[in-house]
Amino acid sequence: MLRLLNLELQKLLLNRTSKILIFISFILPFFVILLSSLKINVFGFFTLELGELGVFNFPIIWHLTTFFASQFKFFFAIVVVSMIGNEYSNKTIKQNLIDGLSKKEFILSKFYTIVFFSLVSTVLITLISFCIGMYYSSYTEATIVVRETEFLLAYFVKLIGFFSLCLFFGMLVKRSAFALAFLFILYILEWILFGLITWQFNASIAEKIQNFFPLKSMYKLIDQPFQRVAMTKFPDKGELAYDYGAHSYEIIIVLCWTALFIFLSYRLLKKRDL
Amino acid sequence: MESILTINNLTKKFGYLTAVKDLSFTINKGNVYGILGPNGSGKSTTLGIVLNVVNKTEGSFHWFDGNTSTHDALKKVGAIIERPNFYPYMTATQNLKLVCKIKGVDFSKIDEKLEIVGLLERKDSKFKTYSLGMKQRLAIASALLNDPEILILDEPTNGLDPQGIHQIREIIKQIAAKGTTILLASHLLDEVEKVCSHVVVLRKGVKLYSGRVDEMISSHGFFELKCNKETELIKLLENHKSFSKVKIQDHLITAFLSEPMLSDDFNKYLFEQGIVLTHLVQRKESLEEQFLQLTDHNQN
Repeated sequence: MLRLLNLELQKLLLNRTSKILIFISFILPFFVILLSSLKINVFGFFTLELGELGVFNFPIIWHLTTFFASQFKFFFAIVVVSMIGNEYSNKTIKQNLIDGLSKKEFILSKFYTIVFFSLVSTVLITLISFCIGMYYSSYTEATIVVRETEFLLAYFVKLIGFFSLCLFFGMLVKRSAFALAFLFILYILEWILFGLITWQFNASIAEKIQNFFPLKSMYKLIDQPFQRVAMTKFPDKGELAYDYGAHSYEIIIVLCWTALFIFLSYRLLKKRDL
Repeated sequence: MESILTINNLTKKFGYLTAVKDLSFTINKGNVYGILGPNGSGKSTTLGIVLNVVNKTEGSFHWFDGNTSTHDALKKVGAIIERPNFYPYMTATQNLKLVCKIKGVDFSKIDEKLEIVGLLERKDSKFKTYSLGMKQRLAIASALLNDPEILILDEPTNGLDPQGIHQIREIIKQIAAKGTTILLASHLLDEVEKVCSHVVVLRKGVKLYSGRVDEMISSHGFFELKCNKETELIKLLENHKSFSKVKIQDHLITAFLSEPMLSDDFNKYLFEQGIVLTHLVQRKESLEEQFLQLTDHNQN
């Protein structure tokens, strides 16, 4: 396993473009979170301090940071599709197989890399959220701190699921740009299907079914936190209440998609003549 | 003899096109094999199948004694196919390190193999800065990294300039001299003739011949003759039972033998018949002529 991971890391880290993209997708969000936690004086008119709003309180900080950090996953998605696209355009996938890598090992080395970077990202976000939280949060009791840490697990699963989807699209179309276009098409397709089901039945059934779609199910893992922040400000407004939790069934749906995408990528490579 | 690769009734279809049809042959240790055939005869497809990149339709093949999986067997094989494929943004050393990691070979081999192909001074240059000849030599270095039991080369001199072709051939000869089994696919016949002891001839995916180069067609060779009494000589030859065919071109008479005959016996016989030759050469068909004969015979 380490051998396969090592192989892929060498391919990625010696490539300047992927190095920059990896840096952006992992370091930038933490930078943004860190900056936003600072007291910012906007041209002397007023000082903006997000900490004052209570958004860095435990346990809501877990929700907030994972939500924001996951918006940066698109940069690493480019790395994932290009690491497949480059293997095809350089024909190095062929050479790798001839040199004695099995097709299974090839897919696994990509998958391990995805898991590795997702894990690194999760660990980093855990650390930074914890530090900011300890500094700003009004409550720092251990029981409150560990509450809702399932958002971290959700974040980890969300990244793996999304990157596995990118891996599959990369294997399917062999070109990075087309794979990204496919991602966009899938996004539109999910909404068209949603619209069709709403039209045929009703919105609540449509929404339930939509939650099983690949992109939507990944998005649903960590719901948007704005409404929740608003809820803490106006606790009496009942209509704002919504289900923002990261549920185990949501995680299972995404894990199923992940397994399917990896399996399909393998099947695709096995059947294909290079 | 120890077999390295055994292919049994291998067939590959791309849709309606049958690229390889019911192909069987065995590669034994220590010989230098050539796979001959015009473009599109299924050479690269056959190699692709045994190298795990093309899926077979029917039949089977196994490496060595048949107890190792294909991808493990490939760790003991060195192969380059068509064009050299490396990561353009890595240097030669970095590319070879990657291959070492895949094959499970120690990094210390890298410099040794770069030395053989004469790329040691350029080992820290990026692959994309290499010329085609250098890329092809790097591919050979890469294939040699694991001191392979067999080296597979698919059109290794394709697209190279004369110097490049010469360099690659010299390297191949050196490797062959060390006793490494080599499988060389090519449509360049003189290339195969110069290095190979055995050939497999393919045409449209069908095997026409496999065996030693010098036994390719059951021929006893031919005489090239010139003399001043042409008509008499031709008459004599046509009535002689040892000759099957006589061809005349620009006063050069070519007489094909149907049974063995020594040139001195033949010369003596002609002299006794009152014919004095001005030119006498006994030859066997070159590989090219043999190949053309073989492919012509099977045209229909």
